[in-house]
Amino acid sequence: MKCSKCENAAIYEKPALCKEHFNEYFEKKVLKTIKEYDLLSKKDKICVAASGGKDSVSLLYVLHKYGYSVEALAIDEGIAGYRDESLEFLKKFCSEKNIVLRIFSYKDEVGSTIDILSKKYSPACSVCGTFRRHLLEKHSKGYDKIVTGHNLDDESQAVLMNILKAQTSLFARQGPKTSSVKGFTQKVKPFYFIKEKEVMIYAYLNGLNVDFKECPYAPQSFRAHVRDLLNEYEAKNPGAKMNIVLHYLKSRNIKTERKEIKTCSKCGMPSSGNICKACRIKAEIKQ
Amino acid sequence: MKIFIEKTKENKTLEFSGSAKELLVKLELNPEAVLIARNGALVTLDETLSNTDEIKILSVISGG
Repeated sequence: MKCSKCENAAIYEKPALCKEHFNEYFEKKVLKTIKEYDLLSKKDKICVAASGGKDSVSLLYVLHKYGYSVEALAIDEGIAGYRDESLEFLKKFCSEKNIVLRIFSYKDEVGSTIDILSKKYSPACSVCGTFRRHLLEKHSKGYDKIVTGHNLDDESQAVLMNILKAQTSLFARQGPKTSSVKGFTQKVKPFYFIKEKEVMIYAYLNGLNVDFKECPYAPQSFRAHVRDLLNEYEAKNPGAKMNIVLHYLKSRNIKTERKEIKTCSKCGMPSSGNICKACRIKAEIKQ
Repeated sequence: MKIFIEKTKENKTLEFSGSAKELLVKLELNPEAVLIARNGALVTLDETLSNTDEIKILSVISGG
């Protein structure tokens, strides 16, 4: 397959792009999301929530490249043999790019590690997430925005997880940015519309990924189950992940977007248009 | 064909020639969850792979 923009071989299918044009496509998409959803300004003091994984390092790389004032904040959960390697990569990356990096640990801040807490809380992901959000909030005071590397896969999983658990109250926390609530630093997600696969390609092409290592607690999580389910569905129905987040974004504003109900001029039933869908189809059948 | 699967850290040697997509079917891997690198360079799913290629299957999903 050739690149749709030049004669080079494509490295990605949808759209068909070579290495150079994929990088261009990816960065444009990030900058477009930032602009359309008013996520960041060049004047903002930005705290990037970083783990050293592909998403957060790619995020730091793009924002730094385009002149945003970024600093990195990492949380060491205390998971032996898992977090150490990605944090080392993050330290090296931040040092090379001259980006300020601060690291806080559960051991110092919570008085325990996930390895210890997992014996009491199973699965450990819920308590781990609670502490991570807490420390992120605590140590981002003085910044204008917290930026996270959540991508389209993460966000579509979150919407589906909330539906499956009927946690509609969490819907307000989703979307490309959280609303400004007094006492909380606003969180924004420039990768909101970018598939995880695209982030991985960008990271690989630009040397921003460490070798894969799975958190030992991740396979037990509800998210991992939903992720696999969604990946199976997406492989057979491309666009499903995007449709889930678009549906979520539309339904957030459903009250203001609801169309006026009219009366069908053919049958007199309620209709969104002048002629209802049933009458439109009946007319098509007669043709 | 020499294959390294990053997620499971498995090394395999297979007699295979066909498309990258067909290789994933043979390995029972979801194209949504992996990338294929041939001799270090990413390839699309329609790319024809040969028996002499060195293949790395990269994991797309986050570790945590």
